[in-house]
Amino acid sequence: MHRTAAATRPYLIPAASLVVLAIMSVLGWQLSSYATGLLVDCLIFAVLALGLNLVLGYTGLPSLGHAAFFGVGAYAAALMALAVTNNFWLSAAAAVGASLMLGAVYGYLALRTSGVYFLIITLALGQITWGVAYSWRSVTGGSDGLRGIERPDLGFGLSLESTAGYYFLALAAAAACLLLMTLIVRSPFGQALRGIHLNADRMAALGYNVWLYKFLAFIISAGFSGFAGVLFVYYKGFISPEAVGIAVSAEITLMVILGGAGTLLGPFIGAFVVVFLSHVISGYTARWMMLLGSLYILVMLFAPKGIMSLLTSRPGGKRAP
Amino acid sequence: MSTAFYTIQIMNGLSLAMLLFLIASGLSVIFGLMRIVNLAHGSFYLLGGYIGLTTLAHTDNFWLAILAAAVAVAVVGMLLQRLLLQKVEGNELGQVLMSFGVLLVISDFCLWYWGGLPRTLSRPEFLDGSMRINALVFPKYRLALILTGFVVALLIWLVIERTKIGAIIRAGVDDGEMVRGIGIDIRMVFLIVFGVGAALAGAAGVLGGAMLGIYPGADFEVLLQAFAVVVIGGLGSLRGAFVGSLLIGFSDTIGKALMPELAMFTVFVPMVAMLVIRPEGLFGRA
Repeated sequence: MHRTAAATRPYLIPAASLVVLAIMSVLGWQLSSYATGLLVDCLIFAVLALGLNLVLGYTGLPSLGHAAFFGVGAYAAALMALAVTNNFWLSAAAAVGASLMLGAVYGYLALRTSGVYFLIITLALGQITWGVAYSWRSVTGGSDGLRGIERPDLGFGLSLESTAGYYFLALAAAAACLLLMTLIVRSPFGQALRGIHLNADRMAALGYNVWLYKFLAFIISAGFSGFAGVLFVYYKGFISPEAVGIAVSAEITLMVILGGAGTLLGPFIGAFVVVFLSHVISGYTARWMMLLGSLYILVMLFAPKGIMSLLTSRPGGKRAP
Repeated sequence: MSTAFYTIQIMNGLSLAMLLFLIASGLSVIFGLMRIVNLAHGSFYLLGGYIGLTTLAHTDNFWLAILAAAVAVAVVGMLLQRLLLQKVEGNELGQVLMSFGVLLVISDFCLWYWGGLPRTLSRPEFLDGSMRINALVFPKYRLALILTGFVVALLIWLVIERTKIGAIIRAGVDDGEMVRGIGIDIRMVFLIVFGVGAALAGAAGVLGGAMLGIYPGADFEVLLQAFAVVVIGGLGSLRGAFVGSLLIGFSDTIGKALMPELAMFTVFVPMVAMLVIRPEGLFGRA
């Protein structure tokens, strides 16, 4: 249905996206710095969830260790900023490169398994990464993490010191990531990933190298997650092992599922809902963890296909023409 | 290093292994039978430990504490299986995330009700202190725990191998469809197995709480260790859970004693290595 709408009205989705982008830009000027900061968090986690969605939603590989790539991206950018350069592009390139490499190693190991074993091995690899961040004190600062990372220099005179300034970087970065992801999933490569999700044996019979497609999807996904780590570390100014652990991996999985796995906008919706709830509710009660846990349970019970599918399919109603 | 050092390491390794077995045996059989990856299994341990703590505070009776923890946690486990996990049957990721949600809820509940400070359960008096044989010192509580572990392992083995319900469980692990096909109420068996698995983990919470203490985060710690055990032994295999417990119990104890800076990796590296080399584990079936 999505696709027919897009096919009959080819300008609809790009036009709508531009309108949303314009509204979001105006919001950046108008909102308080608290609200803008909240939106920055939402956008960063949206990029992270977008990366996970490529493997989880499109390829059908449930990774429970994606915080590892987020963390490696963040630590790499932090080390670049502290020891080498304040140039955003160089740091980002190094950090994404590091995440891609780690993605290749972990992907190679994890893809030796499938199904529920894939879940468990990605979880274990994620915990190993957390263990490295925690134990390798001389490089990662151990449990204290790395602090004092200053906002980067973009190279063309824009200041990122204010939250509003950083918001525009995050917005542009998230929009660029969404565009790139759209191109990837609409390409023949992306179509093949969906084919593998639906029926891997058939794709193999058609001559596709299923393993290679999964491997590449895993690496690309790690790259997106690492880039989210770059945005995160420059925004917060610090990084600690907490950001690498299972809690983050599970939370972004929740975001993808809540928004709608295998849809382009689902990760954005899921990230916005979860981040927004966590900020608002933890302001009122110390029992946020209990509510977050309940959210996991409720989503799996009542919306296992996510908000996007609730929006696009109307039970009992007629399909849109 | 001295003989005394090795004796104490062996005691520590064995007692940790037996504790892990109590947790991992349930986790493994639950997976084998229902294909549920239950991350809330660590919560059963934590909840059991805290319920034991409260029971001890009121009655001062260690055995009653174990009983109360086992029964209460069994009820929680059965409710979890019936009301929640069964609703997402067949959706592996859904079960994992749902059980992770339950883990968060229970851990936050424990933090709220019992506070964030580490607590230690008091042992029965006759198990305090240690036994001396020649120059070697054996802590009595650890000896008793090791003995308990072996007895429980033997009992579980007898139930699985020698009783009717054991036969149904073995058949269910091999081919659940067939068991349903011949008219056995497998949902009842699921419920019982889930309850017993939870009860064992709850009792382990009391036993472990008297050795290692009980504190926020213990749920996740034992869960990951138990997962390593189950992965190494083979998901669904009881014998695997026993051998895996010994391997992880010893690798963790010896690793921490000899190379404390690598303590984080003594559990996960063997686990990943096993998954890469032989995902079905030592005794599992692919």
